[in-house]
Amino acid sequence: MSERASIPKRDPEDVPERESGIETVESGSEAIIASLEQAGVDHAFGVQGGAIMPVYDALYDSSIRHITMAHEQGAAHAADAYGIVTGEPGLAMATSGPGATNLITGLADAAMDSDPMIALTGQVATDFVGNDAFQETDTTGITMPVTKANYFADHSDTVGDDVSEAFALAEKGRQGPTLVDLPKDITKGATDQWPKPPETPDTHDEPVQADASAVETATRALEAADRPLILAGGGVIKGEANDELRSFAHEYEIPVITTMPGLGTFPETDELSLGMAGMHGTGAANMAVTNCDVLLGVGTRFDDRLTGGVDTFAPDAEVIHIDIDPAEISKNIEADHPLIGDAERVLEQIDDAMTDTPEADQWREQCQTWTEEYPLDYEMPDDEPLKPQYVVETFDELADDDAIVTTGVGQHQMWAAQFWTYEYPRTWVSSNGLGTMGYGVPSAIGAKIGAPDTEVVAFDGDGSFLMTMQELSVAVRENLDITYVVLNNEAIGMVRQWQDGFYEGRRMASEYPWVPEFDKLAEAFGARGFRLEDPEDVEETIQAAREYDGPAVIDAIIDPAENVFPMVPSGGDNGLFALNEQHLEMI
Amino acid sequence: MPGEMPGPAPDQRMRPDGRRNTQGIRVDPEAEATHEPRMAVLSALVKHEPGVLSEVSSLFSRRQFNIESLTVGATTNDGTARMTIVIEEPEPGVQQAKKQLRKLIPVIEVEELESAAMRRELALIKVAGDKPDDVQAVAGMYGGDAVDASTDAVTVEITGSKQKIDAAIEAFEQFDVLEIVRTGAAALERGSKTMHSTTMESDN
Repeated sequence: MSERASIPKRDPEDVPERESGIETVESGSEAIIASLEQAGVDHAFGVQGGAIMPVYDALYDSSIRHITMAHEQGAAHAADAYGIVTGEPGLAMATSGPGATNLITGLADAAMDSDPMIALTGQVATDFVGNDAFQETDTTGITMPVTKANYFADHSDTVGDDVSEAFALAEKGRQGPTLVDLPKDITKGATDQWPKPPETPDTHDEPVQADASAVETATRALEAADRPLILAGGGVIKGEANDELRSFAHEYEIPVITTMPGLGTFPETDELSLGMAGMHGTGAANMAVTNCDVLLGVGTRFDDRLTGGVDTFAPDAEVIHIDIDPAEISKNIEADHPLIGDAERVLEQIDDAMTDTPEADQWREQCQTWTEEYPLDYEMPDDEPLKPQYVVETFDELADDDAIVTTGVGQHQMWAAQFWTYEYPRTWVSSNGLGTMGYGVPSAIGAKIGAPDTEVVAFDGDGSFLMTMQELSVAVRENLDITYVVLNNEAIGMVRQWQDGFYEGRRMASEYPWVPEFDKLAEAFGARGFRLEDPEDVEETIQAAREYDGPAVIDAIIDPAENVFPMVPSGGDNGLFALNEQHLEMI
Repeated sequence: MPGEMPGPAPDQRMRPDGRRNTQGIRVDPEAEATHEPRMAVLSALVKHEPGVLSEVSSLFSRRQFNIESLTVGATTNDGTARMTIVIEEPEPGVQQAKKQLRKLIPVIEVEELESAAMRRELALIKVAGDKPDDVQAVAGMYGGDAVDASTDAVTVEITGSKQKIDAAIEAFEQFDVLEIVRTGAAALERGSKTMHSTTMESDN
């Protein structure tokens, strides 16, 4: 292999001296950038193009640092991950037409997981709109169902205000992605209008306190519970209610399960933690949710991957549901006690109203028994093949306690969810709701930019990695210290697992006869590549990759026969999770 | 076997007694309450701006709410418009539709009108023939009027409840009906009751 003389990498110390930011506004574009700076935006992820050029031109004088991504989908996922780790809207920029359509997967992903994100798209000049001009597409029309709100800027004087409002909407209430479509004449047009500060429109509800009488009845139900259980969702993290939830669970000694986006809300090392529930959740969590008599769901939308079939979900339980979005109440599972408000505040309200601790010693013992009966475990052979679970577990032991994990989608994502111990909020960065293969590579970039001092580990599959690996060029260029681990089974493993379980082993289009050598590919990109096959080398390889100052890719050749268990088949009964292939036939 | 996990098999586990129906509502297995679809009239006050109609119709289609009719019209306030949406859904669906509608940023307020609310639809019926008097007579029975007559066709308008218009259209079948157009429902609550925001804004 020829040695490339030098890869021009960014020195983290060498931040170009930009102006301190926009001070006066002369154009629509400057108003946009002034609005973003005013909102506290530090970073942008995007790709240049014709219709967005005026906005990029204004960025030249801005304090906002722009990360040029390889593809707009990468920009959207990076911005989304940035939003997850920082809690503030991540900014994605793209031009009109294909630039905008390439953002859509990322917008849909952010919408499903309620991640704060704002997208700015260029648009052809207003006179051309509707004429099928070059690189024209109906961006606001296409993105309507996948954004919390979108805007078509129609005047240079108000475009800055549109951006401010979109930013505020992405961040406030139930978070989500927003978009502002920016025709070129509007961004180029003259204006001296300084943008308004970010404020939501008055039609936007931001409930804080739950109805006092509902709190009262919910509290009485919880006090009287024999088998109480807390279900912590991603909304606990979004609402910064982690500490409140933790102290609440401890004070009343109520066991806690989480959803997948809820990983990290409650430390999995805590004795009250039963782990993640749902399709590939722990046995203890699924037994507990199936058998509880009062379920306190906080910031969760009772998604089907959590509930399985609704007819058998927590069938004995009175449901107390805390959510900031009234439309989530009783959407999938009827809430006996709907509590609409901010998660932290409503937990405080219940705490204030509690006069008694539920007597649940027996229940906690039962939960403990389940934890012992159903450990997350795997068979460890003496030598090859390499087990993916072992790779994840070993990395977890070596990594910093507060390391951030990002993933693609598929089997590797489930192993990363199961065999890594999550202790802190905002350390699980994944495509939970939309299930976007390819989320892993760009999301690690967004996470690292958002949390530069935190270790970032990206678990990916060979299939997922192949979808967005071009973003590795960005990680190299930005000199980002990310460790990518490709759990390589030369297959779309989760599909293959379903084919084996539910399609009589007819493996249609799920196996790859050949995948690239990802370690060599990494080297071609300018990253460090490692190949890992022997279980004995796991620790050493991971340490070498971690120690490398820059992006490293470990191509881990894992046991292709390995599958993800426990498993609740789609629409199945959580209490009847399968622990092996035979169980799938029993249930 | 790869991926196998330890623990008791599915048939050796503790089982709860209860269950839920398909709408996620806990039910008594003995007497399961199933929700029958019903008609609901939703009145929504919205910002009068481009794209609102498309946002609302897109919402109803992507969430699979069964929409019977949708009408939009201006209000006394330039900045707002009123939509009347008739849907046919089981009770949980009606409640969900209201909540999702309220969540849209341009939507100011949503209310379900009581069944006693005034509901009016309009139909224009064009019939062939040269007997405008006969057509006018039938129209008169339904409080309608001939609004256009030519040598070979008469057009009448009928206003009223859906049932009344259905009946009128049936009655006109004795003539040769060439074309019919009818609107969805426009509806308002009886008495002095108004939507809060409308009152507030018209007071300004």
